[in-house]
Amino acid sequence: MKVYTNIVVFKLINSGIVQKMISGLDLFWTFFKIGLFTFGGGAAMLPLLRAEVVEKRQWASDEELLDYYSIGQCTPGIIAINTATFIGYKMRGYWGAVLTTFGVVMPSVIVITLIAALLQNYMQHPAVAAAFAGIRIVVVALILEAVVELWKKGIRNRFGAAVFVVSLVLLAGFGLGPVWVVLLAAVGGVIYLRSLRK
Amino acid sequence: MIYLVLFGEFFKIGLLAIGGGLVTIPFLMELTDRYDWFSKSQLADMIAVSESTPGPIGVNMATYAGFNAAGISGGIAATFGLVLPSLIIIILISKYVMKYQSCLAFQNILFGVRPAVLALILYTGYILVGLAVTDVLTGAAAVVSFLIIHRFNKVHPIIFIMAGAVLGILLEMR
Repeated sequence: MKVYTNIVVFKLINSGIVQKMISGLDLFWTFFKIGLFTFGGGAAMLPLLRAEVVEKRQWASDEELLDYYSIGQCTPGIIAINTATFIGYKMRGYWGAVLTTFGVVMPSVIVITLIAALLQNYMQHPAVAAAFAGIRIVVVALILEAVVELWKKGIRNRFGAAVFVVSLVLLAGFGLGPVWVVLLAAVGGVIYLRSLRK
Repeated sequence: MIYLVLFGEFFKIGLLAIGGGLVTIPFLMELTDRYDWFSKSQLADMIAVSESTPGPIGVNMATYAGFNAAGISGGIAATFGLVLPSLIIIILISKYVMKYQSCLAFQNILFGVRPAVLALILYTGYILVGLAVTDVLTGAAAVVSFLIIHRFNKVHPIIFIMAGAVLGILLEMR
């Protein structure tokens, strides 16, 4: 009987199911760690991602990682998630993609839920309220700094400047929502590029 | 069913917010006009918390917004909605398209979107100024904060946010 169960256990381990489960867990756990130790996402994630994925586990080469990263930047969605999905899909197909994506997102969900629940109870406290009034000033300054940085990258020609001005007018003057502004700008850009090629 | 609405709204944001976490902010600002999930000044607090905690800013914002709207399940519904477009698009790209080609196709679309996104973020910043700056002193604080942040833009935002908390308490004590 004991021999028999040993054989069953041995076969189970070698059958691949257990190994698949372990490598799946490894994918999830690695990206959970990356999500947990990255502050700010995007570019901030790259060094840790490289250390874990390229150097330690050799799931992707440096070139592949840079490819994923640059495609992640020009496709819809959050860059950190896009990169995680790429590596997960490369390693284990659909389920790999789901595992890495959920792994990288899970720490946010846990940490933010805890903080949000905590702040909900303390927001009325005068010191906390005062601190956040000050923080709001800094947030405004941070957003303006982001605009300055994005300006250097985003507006390189007259067409870009025109889209910028028209978008502002549509937003502030006509109260158009951001969804429509983005869609109109996308269509406008494609038409403009087509007309250039003719 | 609020969870379905949250899921749908954040699916849309995940699909349209191209180029990083900050781009989700204008879309969240627009949500405050259509739903009473959270206020505009709560949005400013959410930005601060999301920049100071681990994880991608966009994901943090989605969880926070969903939590404010409908508790823990709301946070999960919003996050799931935000993530799903990425998951689908990246799997499709991995499966069917050559890597560089996919980038070129999106690049044409992004040509017009990038400057528009800049306008979106600037407009959101303008609305937030109205909430944060209430008198001459807070106005001066905002200008000085911007100059300091612009000068030391390699420093992590978390440092500035903590300084902002101290500033807020000092302003309250005057």
